[in-house]
Amino acid sequence: MASNLKLADRSHLKILKNLQDLNDVTNHNRLNRVKNKSLEGLWSVCRFLLIIGITFVILYPLLMKFSVAFKAKEDIYNPTIYMIPVHVTLDNFKLGLDLLDYWPLLLNTMLYVFVTMVLTTMSTALAGYGFARFQFPGSNLLFGLVVLTILIPMSTLMVPMYLHFRNFDVLGLVQLFTGKEGVNLLNSFWPSVITSATATGLKAGLFIYIFRQFFRGLPKEIEEAALIDGAGGIKTFFTIMLPNAIPPLITVMLFSFVWQYNDTFYTSLFMSESALMPLKVASLPADASQFLPTLMGLDASAKADPNHVALIVDTGILLAILPLIVLYLFVQRHFVESVERTGVVG
Amino acid sequence: MKPKISISLTQKRSLLGLLFIAPWLIGFLFLFAGPLAQSIRFSFSKLMVSPQGYELQNVGWSNFHDALFVDANFNRILTESVGGMAVDVPLILFFSLFSAVLLNQKFRGRGLARAIFFLPVILASGAIAAAESSGLINLVGNSEVAEQLGQASSQFNVRSMVMILSQAGFPIGFIDYIVEAVMRIYEIISNSGVQILIFLAALQSVPGNLYEVAKIEGATAYETFWKVTFPMVSPLILTNIIYTIIDSFADSPVTQMIYETAFKTQNFGLSAAMAWLYTIVVSLLLVVMGYIVARKTFYHN
Repeated sequence: MASNLKLADRSHLKILKNLQDLNDVTNHNRLNRVKNKSLEGLWSVCRFLLIIGITFVILYPLLMKFSVAFKAKEDIYNPTIYMIPVHVTLDNFKLGLDLLDYWPLLLNTMLYVFVTMVLTTMSTALAGYGFARFQFPGSNLLFGLVVLTILIPMSTLMVPMYLHFRNFDVLGLVQLFTGKEGVNLLNSFWPSVITSATATGLKAGLFIYIFRQFFRGLPKEIEEAALIDGAGGIKTFFTIMLPNAIPPLITVMLFSFVWQYNDTFYTSLFMSESALMPLKVASLPADASQFLPTLMGLDASAKADPNHVALIVDTGILLAILPLIVLYLFVQRHFVESVERTGVVG
Repeated sequence: MKPKISISLTQKRSLLGLLFIAPWLIGFLFLFAGPLAQSIRFSFSKLMVSPQGYELQNVGWSNFHDALFVDANFNRILTESVGGMAVDVPLILFFSLFSAVLLNQKFRGRGLARAIFFLPVILASGAIAAAESSGLINLVGNSEVAEQLGQASSQFNVRSMVMILSQAGFPIGFIDYIVEAVMRIYEIISNSGVQILIFLAALQSVPGNLYEVAKIEGATAYETFWKVTFPMVSPLILTNIIYTIIDSFADSPVTQMIYETAFKTQNFGLSAAMAWLYTIVVSLLLVVMGYIVARKTFYHN
């Protein structure tokens, strides 16, 4: 009896102790929660500061360009001005538009970029699908070669490509039929059209890789269903696979567009005399200092004020990137989302 | 009667596959493999452009010899450029992973912050950089002064930072690296847009239940990052290293030099030799980096 009581007592004690422990734990938890909360608050302040800082670093050059673009000539030598000009003017834009011959230039560039974008997307989507879903002799080896095209610097192929397009001749066919030495395709859209239609253009290997990764991630069943319903392989691709491949399509189109628009390497190699935005912008400083006096209605022999030239050059650069920024405002949401859904990662 | 050609389904499939990659295959043969072989031949030859095309004259290894031992600048530019690459890669990786983690958290204005962080992807342009630097040259009339001026304008007081760090007892090499990184913060930020995008996509694909388990087990945020997040995104580190390196080809001074040797001084053979040396050095770098990183990488599947 006594031992029983003792046991009960002991268990009672144990329960009490457990309760106390529990109390301790909740107390501890509460403390922890307060600590966590204040840490979280601290972190969100830090995060805010970091993001503001980085944002400032990114936006500063752009803000400077905007400020400079609206600055009148009189304000150049006023040291008290920071960012916001005293004399606001649109003269810089007028001069910049004139110097760049802007609207025809933009139209031409857009046409060029659009054509290459569409062709690149088509050819790389086809190749990506081919590599993702078909087993043929040497398919792995060929895909290895795609990766090789990504890794080899383009300067290695520069000279042969240049000579190739200077006397363009596929397997000597042109010579066979016309007796001439081949066609000079330089300074036309053709080199870029040909390279992008055959998926060997600017960063095409990367795009093939993106498409392949995405198509590999799609379930095989949809294709099989299409096959059973009687659709051929090509029809399946265009009616079933392509409509499902919106994320990589957007990604590739965006990147292709932007990189093509900004590219100076291929454009200066193949089309050095064409009116394209990157080339014109690169030569803008020289043009500006040469033609500015004439445009200002001064004697042609007068020398342009270098500070004024810098003003116009900045405005010109702003004019060149403005279409991209406007475009970006519309598509930036897709930019992140589509890359996430492309499955580059998986 | 024609004999009916019968092919099996597998054969049909593989033909179809070849049809899909046909555009690429044609392009690869004529616009990649062909020029690649030609480029090797050029590097061993003296090339003279004539109205009918070009003539080649075999000169053996002399182009490579010229590039390495005769040309005054090539060695220096090549080592500087590859060294710069090696310095930049860790910085860009670190910054992009950091930003991706930052942008992956939930906070107000995240959409806006993301939009701004990816802006450099759009604006990174060789043409603009060229125009900007020559605009500065115009201003002061001399490229060297312009370069100094460009640095000076971005300069805050570096000396104080060096003093603080060296008094804290850091080795001088490390201080150099950090100061360098701070000075070039704009280049680093503007070169890591795509890398942030890739890391962000990787972070989104980490299964949520891993974080749940970590939380139940009582891991702190710091532990969770190193034990869950980092291993899960580590396969993408190699991808990003490779991307950073191939991205630097476009505006590398070596590429510029190869271009000028070919089209300004018309020495096509020498240019091809330089291009091949560059390719070899970069491939070596890629292989070494790939080997080191692949050994340390954790593969989930």
